Amino acid sequence: MQGYVRQDGKLGIRNTVQVVFLVECAHHVAKRIAESFTADVQYFGFPGCYPSDYGHRLVRNLCTHANVGAVLLVSLGCENFDRNRLHQEIRQSGRPCETLVIQETGGTAPSIAEGCRRVREMLATIAATPRRAMTFGDLIIGTVCGGSDGTSGITGNPAVGRAFDRLLADNAICMFEESGELIGCEPHMMARAADESVRRDIDAAMSKARDYYSTMGLGSFSNGNAVGGLTTLEEKSLGAYAKSGDGKISGVIRPTEIPTKPGLYLMDVVPDGEPRFGYPNICDTSEIVELIATGCHIVLFTTGRGSVIGSVIAPVIKVCNNPQTYARLSDDMDINAGRIISEGATLDDVADDILRAIENTASGMPTKAEKLGHVEFVLTYKDFDYGKACCR
Amino acid sequence: MKRGLRLHRQDNCIVMLDDVRRGEAVAYDGGSVIANADVDLGHKLSIEAIAIGEKIRKYGASIGSATAAIAPGDHIHTHNLKSDYIVGFHH
Repeated sequence: MQGYVRQDGKLGIRNTVQVVFLVECAHHVAKRIAESFTADVQYFGFPGCYPSDYGHRLVRNLCTHANVGAVLLVSLGCENFDRNRLHQEIRQSGRPCETLVIQETGGTAPSIAEGCRRVREMLATIAATPRRAMTFGDLIIGTVCGGSDGTSGITGNPAVGRAFDRLLADNAICMFEESGELIGCEPHMMARAADESVRRDIDAAMSKARDYYSTMGLGSFSNGNAVGGLTTLEEKSLGAYAKSGDGKISGVIRPTEIPTKPGLYLMDVVPDGEPRFGYPNICDTSEIVELIATGCHIVLFTTGRGSVIGSVIAPVIKVCNNPQTYARLSDDMDINAGRIISEGATLDDVADDILRAIENTASGMPTKAEKLGHVEFVLTYKDFDYGKACCR
Repeated sequence: MKRGLRLHRQDNCIVMLDDVRRGEAVAYDGGSVIANADVDLGHKLSIEAIAIGEKIRKYGASIGSATAAIAPGDHIHTHNLKSDYIVGFHH
């Protein structure tokens, strides 16, 4: 594995230019600029016009992600996003950054032309990014599950858990998330806390998740989960929890709080305060985006019913839990964890497959989603009390 | 060939490793049960008589309470099991 060495010390496994719209009104211009280039130029952005501390933190962390070499910000001009602060933060990370203001550049067509010119310059600049060898210990790996079914908890999820155990032994940072999908696992999870304060943080995060979903009146449980054999939220939780493996839990983090020490972290994704903007995560992509904004180089996505998504910025490795799904969607799947059921493979066999896929992906080999051009992205409003200590 | 998986010795249900039809025998580690319904891969089959209000156990942990009397071989799903926490979405 050869990493791209960033000036802020991060080691990337991709070398991308990101074109970033700062309000939905600038989306089209950003999209047209990015789509004029190959897959190394991607786009994403924040759709809302109202300011958002969470939104700013996520966009900042995504722009300064290890896999990002340079950034073009695309502003309409009158939105509330603090583009000057963001521009400075990106520059301070050592990354080339330019801001294009559509209202000051003559509108859509001139902005696209000017944006393309600047991206061409950025591509030339980042082509000279130095490389150095990297190990699993340099990686941050996240995991998420989507379209879970009755096979998830017996194949791909525990296999990811085994892979996590081995990554942790190699001093990687690993993270699992969605406290709302861990409801029912609280006592077991707290018993794995590294110390008493982590145990309290897990307790607090889980209590918040239970309250939040109770207020919404519906747990994180879909019709597809039920069709696939899952009946209750706690049953889904137990299967999802298996992704975390056996390691001790080193800390509870919130989105954008990048751990500095190796270890296993639980990401608390449930907003603080009263429910305001609906569900904590409106879909799997919002969870993936939060993991990437918290530093993940790669996201391991386990799926039973069969999800096809990928992401901007960081590769998504799809682990298919269900052998029947794999037979139908194999072009979209990187790992066939369903062979535990269909061929009698062991959890360790599939953990080997996962570690090999991480190594190949970190070495530059495209994932299935990357090959198919998947660059899903979603970012919505959320509120966290970032003033309150949490990250360790 | 085992077609069901008992994840923990305290479990009163098994997970199907295959689609089975009503009347077929389902072998698992520690026994065998006749399916009382068609049950698909990933779904649960009871291996004990379970009374209303009793916990359904999978992975050695409770996954909710029985809302109807359940016989060995019955499909366990939304018609006879509910969460002890929060409702999910099904249509």
